[in-house]
Amino acid sequence: MRELSLNVLDIAQNSITAGAALIRIEVLENTVAHTLTIGIYDDGCGMTEEQLESVLDPFFTTRTTRKVGMGIPLFKMAAEQTGGSFTISSKVGIGTNVQAVFKTDSVDFTPVGDMASTVATLISMNTDREFLYRRVLDGKDFVLDTAEIREILGGVPLSEPAVVQWMRAFINENTEALYGGVSQ
Amino acid sequence: MKTIEELMAIRENAKKKMSVREDTGDENVRIVVGMATCGIAAGARPVLNAFVDEIAKRELKGVTVSQTGCIGMCQYEPIVEVLEPGKEKVTYVKMTAEKAVKVVNDHIVNGNPIVDFTVGAATK
Repeated sequence: MRELSLNVLDIAQNSITAGAALIRIEVLENTVAHTLTIGIYDDGCGMTEEQLESVLDPFFTTRTTRKVGMGIPLFKMAAEQTGGSFTISSKVGIGTNVQAVFKTDSVDFTPVGDMASTVATLISMNTDREFLYRRVLDGKDFVLDTAEIREILGGVPLSEPAVVQWMRAFINENTEALYGGVSQ
Repeated sequence: MKTIEELMAIRENAKKKMSVREDTGDENVRIVVGMATCGIAAGARPVLNAFVDEIAKRELKGVTVSQTGCIGMCQYEPIVEVLEPGKEKVTYVKMTAEKAVKVVNDHIVNGNPIVDFTVGAATK
């Protein structure tokens, strides 16, 4: 994967498959500690301990369960190659939490990339789920909450192209503002 | 900065469009993009973005974009299927954002599938 946001898009598909009603995606950067933490938390069906072990092994999973496959191992590798860490925890009937910590000062750190497209794609392709996206930079943050947007839209689907474009622009502009870029 | 007011304006505009669609009874065209690990890694996301943007730009009615998993032809990803009522499914392979714009213009709007982009042409 060329950017971490593509890994997020991929990993979040597992939450959809798991039947999650709410998927929380968080990208937290700490410029003092040089860390970037990406979390994908869902309230889907969860996994047993055996399933949890198997998702970490690409060669085991690709040959047996096509549902999970390479996604998790690729994400884990992207974090660990920077000197960061990766954790996945899950409980049947409760949900699954995936968290990857990246060292941003590592030469092997993959850029976060286009999170706006990832989040807007996930939302527009899965309008029957709620998403909560949060981006944090050194304690400052912004949030995109589909429950709020849904209320404002009053029956207009989240997949409406103009709405998808609005969500993408909202995330891009707020991210730029957070990072001190040009914004109005 | 994007505002709630803009979102409300989009809502009003979309509601008008939705009522027009109901009146004319347009049948739905479905564009399905493969979004499994293989599709994403091959560049499915910009392809999907391009479809959404072109549909928004042309204000096309009755066209929906959705996603699917891996259909077992990973080497041909990004793969896009176009499903129109009463017509045979068209499968486009090795898609790009530029090709997506062309598919909307030639195929969706003008009704001429682009044979060169299809799986049939790629596997010859």
